[in-house]
Amino acid sequence: MKRVKKMQYESPKSIDDAISLISNSPGNVRLLAGGTDLLVQMQSQVADPDLVIDIKNIKEMKEFKKEDGVYTVGAAVTGMEIIEHEEFGSDWPGVVDGVKLIGSIQIKGRASMGGNLCNASPAADSIPAMIASGASAVIAGPNGRREVLVEDFIKGPGKTSLKSNEILLSVKFPIKKPNSSGAYLRFTPRTEMDIAVVGVGINVTMSDSGICEEAKVSIGAVAEKALVVEDAATALVGNKITDEIIENFISKVRASARPINDKRGTVDFRIQVIGVIAKRALKMALERIR
Amino acid sequence: MTRRHIEAKINGDNCDFLCESNETLLSVIRNQLQLTGTKEGCSTGDCGACSVMLDGRLVCSCLTLAVEVEGKNIDTIEGMSNGEDLHILQRKFLEHAALQCGICTPGFLIAARALLEKNPNPTETEVRYWLAGNLCRCTGYHKIVEAVLDAAEEMRG
Repeated sequence: MKRVKKMQYESPKSIDDAISLISNSPGNVRLLAGGTDLLVQMQSQVADPDLVIDIKNIKEMKEFKKEDGVYTVGAAVTGMEIIEHEEFGSDWPGVVDGVKLIGSIQIKGRASMGGNLCNASPAADSIPAMIASGASAVIAGPNGRREVLVEDFIKGPGKTSLKSNEILLSVKFPIKKPNSSGAYLRFTPRTEMDIAVVGVGINVTMSDSGICEEAKVSIGAVAEKALVVEDAATALVGNKITDEIIENFISKVRASARPINDKRGTVDFRIQVIGVIAKRALKMALERIR
Repeated sequence: MTRRHIEAKINGDNCDFLCESNETLLSVIRNQLQLTGTKEGCSTGDCGACSVMLDGRLVCSCLTLAVEVEGKNIDTIEGMSNGEDLHILQRKFLEHAALQCGICTPGFLIAARALLEKNPNPTETEVRYWLAGNLCRCTGYHKIVEAVLDAAEEMRG
């Protein structure tokens, strides 16, 4: 790695120490969890931090717990730890769908869902799934803690609502409703090691009589950030999921997509495919409730 | 700034080294510890040639800082055979001619061993998905997958 200056590395043991380091360092500070984005940026000289703060030795960052039905996933919990957590997978299968698609086994051995969130790629696979699940980002700063919904945490490509002296602590999931489930699907030319051309995260809650009681839909890679598609959820709620309702749902998803043309797909292609993927994700979530 | 002093275990042996804060684990393994079995391919986590085990997890050593491994266990390809006795996977790679230039081979072996420790009876599909993070540019994947499946069968006994 070519260097022009000396990088410092700190590995604090507490959140307070980390915040004090981040607040009192004048230069370019970067936080390190799995490093699968940061080190690539450093190798290619896109990032040239003066100080790297490794958050993995802070206990809370590695905690993965369920208390009173609420899961808290520490910001440094790795993808593989999430995939191997069977109970989490049965409660939030859509989130695990998303996490499973983040790179190879090697990458998931280090990469965290918190890092995927903070990297804020418009094509990030775990983000639409987190949004559809109603997950919140728990943020620590000098004045205490705050929580924001994941959809409000992301501001744009590579941009989050984290202030320069704040740190993402964990991702928190609401209590899972009975008769609910979720799914995340994406389209990529290859099945592995690729970046989403479009992605759809969905969560639905059904009544015993087959009426959709609640739904949340989020689409990725078709805008500057993952979007919540309220119209698509509204198209489902209060209805039995018939072919006609599904067609309406698909049209609402397509109407919300505002993708760009790039090497991974054209605008027309993405709008077409996101409808197909949304339909499949919906059916997958419904299948999982049964 | 002075270099950092790090103590860790490599292939079961205690070791210590001095490194710069931004130096990768791959660089230390190859250039300081002289364990050159671990290869550098892309340096961006795409090819898996630098795969090692870090506290029992399969990771890319090119995307790990050396300063992060204080107190941790690292397993590299050098620890795979028992002296002259090759690991079953190593033997099967030879039998199936699952290599040509050999650059990707240590990474494939480390990754395949991690799979078989977790799942002793993988399907071909599971092998292919697990090894998706290891790229081979000459042999192709068919013989590698066959070697892993054959090794799995022999290891199950």
